[in-house]
Amino acid sequence: MEILISAVIAILTSCGVYLLLRGRTFPIILGLTLLTYAVNLFIFMSGRLNTSASTIIGVGDQYADPLPQALVLTAIVISFAMTAFVLVLALRARAELGNDHVDGRNSIEEIKS
Amino acid sequence: MNHLIIAPVLLPLLTAIVLLLGTGRPPRIQRGISFISVCAQLAVALVLLSIAAGDQTLVYALGNWAPPFGIVLVLDRLSALMVALTASLAFFSLWYAARGNDKPTDSLHSVMHFLLMGVNGAFLTGDLFNLFVFFEVLLIASYTLLLHGGGAARIKSGLHYVLLNLIGSSLFLIAAALLYGLTGTLNMADMAVKVANTSAEQAPLMHAAALLLLVVFGLKAAMVPLYFWLPRAYASASAPVAAMFCIMTKIGIYAIIRMYSLVFGTEAGLLANVASPWLWPLALITLTLGAAGALAARELRLQIAYLVVVSVGTMLAGVALNSVAALGATLYYLLHSTWVCAALFLLADIIMRQRGATSDRIITGPRLKQPVLLGTVFFIGAAAVIGMPPLSGFIGKVMLMRSAVSDEQTFWLWFLLLASSIVMVTALSRSGSTIFWRTENRTAKADKADHLALAAVMALFACTLALSFAASPVVNYTQATAAQIMAPNNYIDAVLSHQTVEGVHHE
Repeated sequence: MEILISAVIAILTSCGVYLLLRGRTFPIILGLTLLTYAVNLFIFMSGRLNTSASTIIGVGDQYADPLPQALVLTAIVISFAMTAFVLVLALRARAELGNDHVDGRNSIEEIKS
Repeated sequence: MNHLIIAPVLLPLLTAIVLLLGTGRPPRIQRGISFISVCAQLAVALVLLSIAAGDQTLVYALGNWAPPFGIVLVLDRLSALMVALTASLAFFSLWYAARGNDKPTDSLHSVMHFLLMGVNGAFLTGDLFNLFVFFEVLLIASYTLLLHGGGAARIKSGLHYVLLNLIGSSLFLIAAALLYGLTGTLNMADMAVKVANTSAEQAPLMHAAALLLLVVFGLKAAMVPLYFWLPRAYASASAPVAAMFCIMTKIGIYAIIRMYSLVFGTEAGLLANVASPWLWPLALITLTLGAAGALAARELRLQIAYLVVVSVGTMLAGVALNSVAALGATLYYLLHSTWVCAALFLLADIIMRQRGATSDRIITGPRLKQPVLLGTVFFIGAAAVIGMPPLSGFIGKVMLMRSAVSDEQTFWLWFLLLASSIVMVTALSRSGSTIFWRTENRTAKADKADHLALAAVMALFACTLALSFAASPVVNYTQATAAQIMAPNNYIDAVLSHQTVEGVHHE
């Protein structure tokens, strides 16, 4: 289970970082989304992996740490809002600059000139 | 429990909500509410400053939940100083904005107060995750402020700024989760205790988390190699926003001082001073590249933005020296550079309005309407930001240079600080002489500068003048602040021994 979870986080992070290094806004936003998924899973895992443990003390022998669940909820809400904002900004940049390159320039020729 | 500590967070929040509800009302009302609120915040900040001067660390448990489980706000000398600096800066930039420099008025004032809420919260909080949340509050406000007024240049630099900060937020979360997973706490004081007792087995992971946080705060502070977003963003922002943004890099520096003195400071066992070996060279490189950028800049506002980078390098070098004297000098320099850079951004806005189509490009252009007045103000500002005697920049730099201890530190700090000063003299005399003296034989069609807007700039410069003439009490305060920061046990004791109000939770 540990290996599976860490592999999932690793794959999500590496795909996210790869996409972040692209030159156009849409892949970058996708990359950011993947990265935040990885981060959310990672925060969740900081409470350790438990099976059939409730988050309330006194119900069973084992209990899970409730704090990472609260943290991940906050992180999800914030990243959700930020992704929405950056999507609108990217659309606006596309309209204002005429292309979707992060530097606002389309080709190598334009950059050189 | 002193409820005044939470006022710097609640006051801007309520103001921002009221301003949002008042969307569409005449600008006069919006500006009035905004200005009254910022005056109240300034008053609160000054009261907090005088409370903190008693050398006591005040703890405010939110919702009366006992630390380390609940979130706490902590007021010590450092946070009080930063809150007061923020309020003063907001006062002057909103003053300038209220003189008709805030179109469209509706969005600017409310978002500015959301920004103030985030900034004040970040300075006051004693909880790592809460710091993240306040960072996000101030970031989303800063995204909208940066784009305020629209235009292709703002959208382009804004996109860079937003994307970089979103990645920074992800890294912050990874570091926070890692620290929580290892220590089981998010309260900074409690974390400091846990980190000091780290086992050798956990130390490498903790080290990774500590340095990841340095990357995040370095991005906020605009430290090499993470400063590339700053010059374009500041140069394209509208004037009151650019002036207000002078506090943004200081948030990163504040977070670096706080985390690497309190949690990963000298008493952190295996993780003592993890950041120092990185901070020192990076600070000096930041200083050098900032000065080079100022020399190469082809627009006045871009040049001032690079001066902000230079000041960041100077302050980080002071932090890296890691002594009471150096930290006290750094905090003094921080006050100076925030006010001077903000004043220069506002002044650049006034200057570019009188140059017509030439705007703020450093090329021969039409004569200014008020060349003598603006030229004199620019000269004072340039002298202050470079650090010419007798102005405050000079005092700050001298104190910083005197605090270098070892030969190697002294050599590099003296050499680079003095070399960067001479580079800044060259850069600013080039832009000043081009703008004010090498003019065409005509005057651009422009109005005279608004008296009250110009008064805001002059009042900001007056603050730095006051900083030089009343240097002694300010230096005493910053040195005492530095002494308090370097003795984190007081902070830890104050937070962990905090007694909640009894009889509130019935369980």
